[in-house]
Amino acid sequence: MTAFRAMLVRELRLALRGGGDMLTLVLFFVIVGAIVPFAVGPDRELLARIAPGMVWIAAFLAMLLGLDRLFRPDHEDGSLILLRQADLSLSAVVAAKLIVHWAVSALPLIVASPFLAMLLAMDLDTFWRTLVSLALGTPALAAFGAVGAAVTVSIRRGGLIAPILIAPLSIPVLIFGTGSITASQSSAALLFLAALSLMAVALAPFAAALAISSGED
Amino acid sequence: MTPRQVFPPLTVRTDGLVCGRGGMALTQELTVSVTSGQCLLLRGPNGSGKTTLLLTLAGVIAPLAGSFALEGADREERWLHYCGHRNAIKPRLSVIENLDFWRAVNGGTGEPTAAALAEVGLAALGSLDAGYLSAGQTRRLALARLLVSYRPLWLLDEPTAALDVEGHELVTRLIDRHLDMGGAAIAATHDPITLPDPGRMETLVLGARA
Repeated sequence: MTAFRAMLVRELRLALRGGGDMLTLVLFFVIVGAIVPFAVGPDRELLARIAPGMVWIAAFLAMLLGLDRLFRPDHEDGSLILLRQADLSLSAVVAAKLIVHWAVSALPLIVASPFLAMLLAMDLDTFWRTLVSLALGTPALAAFGAVGAAVTVSIRRGGLIAPILIAPLSIPVLIFGTGSITASQSSAALLFLAALSLMAVALAPFAAALAISSGED
Repeated sequence: MTPRQVFPPLTVRTDGLVCGRGGMALTQELTVSVTSGQCLLLRGPNGSGKTTLLLTLAGVIAPLAGSFALEGADREERWLHYCGHRNAIKPRLSVIENLDFWRAVNGGTGEPTAAALAEVGLAALGSLDAGYLSAGQTRRLALARLLVSYRPLWLLDEPTAALDVEGHELVTRLIDRHLDMGGAAIAATHDPITLPDPGRMETLVLGARA
């Protein structure tokens, strides 16, 4: 357990001392939302109708940005080889990375989402549902992202391939994510979203660890 | 001094092991064995497969033919330290934070962090950001990682790279003490490493074409 905690602390320190990484993500998220009114025109009704989808697209794109940071630095400086030899199992290493990845790339987006809701003319009720659906759905996006990053870690410039790999996996998250905000049976969609996240988070560490350990250095 | 933990006797044995990268064989069929208290030096020109052999023994690369086995060690335990070209030291973490992390994930069975830092001559730099260390100091920090958790087999790839004369003596001293404790070491090197007791060293020359 101390080893797992040490892994969490190390990842958090590296992420928080990384300078503007987190701010970049949040700004990107807000900017994607902010350019929508300019692109589709200042029609409040139309904006309110497409706002849930826009928030989810912005969150999806922003979370892709941080993927390359997940394993690549450790691969390049040789830490990943040593982590394969560590007492802590590789899937536990990935699980710790996944938790911190969610905390530094999804949590800030959720915190910044009121800002986006304002820009997209959301009403308060829709905003609360958006918040809940983001909180339930982003763990699945982070988990799929971790698998994609692990598969492509040994490929040079693999950072560009990972988003293409995980896009199909992320489609259900986007469908149920926006569905839980707009659809008439939003609670059913929320349950599906939660189930997706639970399953993805439970399986991703093992899948990602397998991908890393079977990839040659 | 440090507590003398004695490792259970162990033997690394390779049987017709052929290592290579990308399907191309780099070594001949190797049949060697290294036992507790012995150090095997790998020598040979650049590209003769020294690093590849070490990575194969570390389980990172699959051998092209043959096999290797470790006798006498507990299969469940992690039994080796790999110390490669890349030091796996993180800038933005302090020297102590780097070492404490590896101590925690490798099971802190070895020396305390402060003692290991003093051993490699970095005692005064504990709170410095590891990104500011020189190449040689980074190497010393990587060597300190071998000390904070005890494992019977050391795989060292150019352990003396970037080190000064005193650093070469440090590597020799660390290997010698590791052998004293009943450990074994396999080191690829271009620099001469001379242990006080030459009987403990064996040399394997790679890339010598017949």
